[in-house]
Amino acid sequence: MDISRRELLTQCSKLLLLTGTAAKAFDSARRAPNPADAYQMAEHWWGMIIDIDKCIGCGNCVRACSKENGVPEGYFRTWVERYQVTEDQEHPLVESPQGAINGFPPATREDVKSFYVPKLCNHCVDSPCVQVCPVGATFVSPDGVVLVDPDYCLGCRYCVQACPYGCRFFNPEKKIADKCTLCYHRITKGLTTACCEACPTGARQLVDLKNPKDPVHEFLRENKVQVLKPQMATGAKVFYKDLDGSVR
Amino acid sequence: MTGIDGYMYPNEVELQWGLLIVIYPYITGLVAGAFILASLERVFKVEAVRPTYRLALLTALAFLLVAPLPLQLHLGHPERSFEMYVTPHRSSAMAMFGFVYLWYLLAVLLIEVWLEYRADIVGFAKSQRGTRRWIYKLLTLGSENVSPASRRVDDEVGYVVTVIGIPSAFLLHGYVGFIFGSVKANPWWSTPLMPIVFLFSAMTSGIAAVLALYMISMKLRKAAIDMRCVDMVAKYLFYMFVIDFSLEMLDLVQRTYEADESFRSLDFMVHTRLWASQVVIQIVLGTLAPLAVLAATQLWTFAGVLRRRLYLGASILTLIGIFAMRWNVVIGGQLFSKSFLGYTTYKVQFAAREGLLPAVALLILPFVLFVLLVKLLPPWQEDKATPA
Repeated sequence: MDISRRELLTQCSKLLLLTGTAAKAFDSARRAPNPADAYQMAEHWWGMIIDIDKCIGCGNCVRACSKENGVPEGYFRTWVERYQVTEDQEHPLVESPQGAINGFPPATREDVKSFYVPKLCNHCVDSPCVQVCPVGATFVSPDGVVLVDPDYCLGCRYCVQACPYGCRFFNPEKKIADKCTLCYHRITKGLTTACCEACPTGARQLVDLKNPKDPVHEFLRENKVQVLKPQMATGAKVFYKDLDGSVR
Repeated sequence: MTGIDGYMYPNEVELQWGLLIVIYPYITGLVAGAFILASLERVFKVEAVRPTYRLALLTALAFLLVAPLPLQLHLGHPERSFEMYVTPHRSSAMAMFGFVYLWYLLAVLLIEVWLEYRADIVGFAKSQRGTRRWIYKLLTLGSENVSPASRRVDDEVGYVVTVIGIPSAFLLHGYVGFIFGSVKANPWWSTPLMPIVFLFSAMTSGIAAVLALYMISMKLRKAAIDMRCVDMVAKYLFYMFVIDFSLEMLDLVQRTYEADESFRSLDFMVHTRLWASQVVIQIVLGTLAPLAVLAATQLWTFAGVLRRRLYLGASILTLIGIFAMRWNVVIGGQLFSKSFLGYTTYKVQFAAREGLLPAVALLILPFVLFVLLVKLLPPWQEDKATPA
């Protein structure tokens, strides 16, 4: 068979094109859909509910968070406080040894009201930290999570000063502001946060306030719920059930 | 944990803003205060303070050039600081710093200094030799016309710039006060009085700095001190200080009387960790003592030498007192927990990036710049026949 060089090259190109397209189509059909691709930010509004009475102060959440997010030692994206309150509510004994990463030593007193309070970023709607960031490196995502852009943050620490809850810290390794991301890398894939997953009693639960089927609606309807420091008017989205008045 | 009393949120143990952020409002305060003193002569025609006019401008310029350095050193990523110009976040009190700073430097101070010195610069460009000649030639910006008509224009434009400069100086430092005063999470800072307290303390410290620099410069030059001038400057210092102290006391009385949820915690802090820096250094040594001295000079007439010494002593005490005030605002605001249940300690490191060494260097640098500026643009006018 006589074939010119030109025809040979044309036929080869066609073959490559067809097989390449077919292979890509096959791959695409075979691959499982990535949940992150399907994630629609506008359909969610994240928050958390915390049932104080269920928290046993084990520190699992702190350890899980630290491991999941590579939190530098001595700093905390979440921590647990133990309150021991006498009748004098103004001076409760509060402790959180190493953020309770190793839990708590036995309580020193028996004659007091004692309970544990898990803390994390409240992912406020009107976040003071977002307001003060001079370059907008800290922002609220459309699904209601307060995040820090690590490539944009100046490290001025104004946001750390502005947070009324002490939830932010200056990451000494990255030299930027750091905080709870509500495990954004997990929740956008349909998972829950590391702290919620590790909680043995279900004291903390990630909730989607925009999802009409989320149990949060019943929780908010049926319980006496409070946010931390309501006088700060930050629009906090971490809701505590049975929060004692002594908690700061 | 060492240095901790009671309960601090775990992330609060470490202070975020240290010595460098104490220096920043101190320096901007000196700039604003020195400029306001300069404007007294220019706008309000207080002729007696004329000998300090140029000195005040150069003091303001020297300190203004250093003002952004403590912030740059403090930032985790100083290389990203230009982002504040490129993409400022409009809701942030801090985002405007770059613009306020540049406005004040470029639109007010540099123009005013240039207009004031233009005739001298043209003169130097003709009389000097070698490199100095070229420096002055460059500084003329190509304008060598110093005819009486053109000097009149300089004077009129200079007047307008100063009139713009007064609110700008107020803005510069009132704004620094707002950076602190608007942090609602921190009851030690959060008060609408903060910008105005910062403003009056700025004027007090700026006037004290110029008064001290004037007297020290004249002593070093072995020139006669214009007593009419220092008497007048000291009088303004006294008035400003009385207003500043009254405002601070008003804040204190209000806090004590209201006694909100933070009061016990703050009160405890003032009586313990801030006792030395707030009560002893700021209030007694840095405010009541210089106020008493200044009041005495207003009530009685002392001999020239004693008066000068009293003024110098009062100025230096004032400068120490205002520095202590900045310390107590910045550091004091971070020593207590936002839970109001505990207190931490601030330990100044020495040779660290935000330590004592760079802080001292940053406090000396404006004086070095001041000496250089004085050499480049001599402010002395007593032997000049024609005032600019």
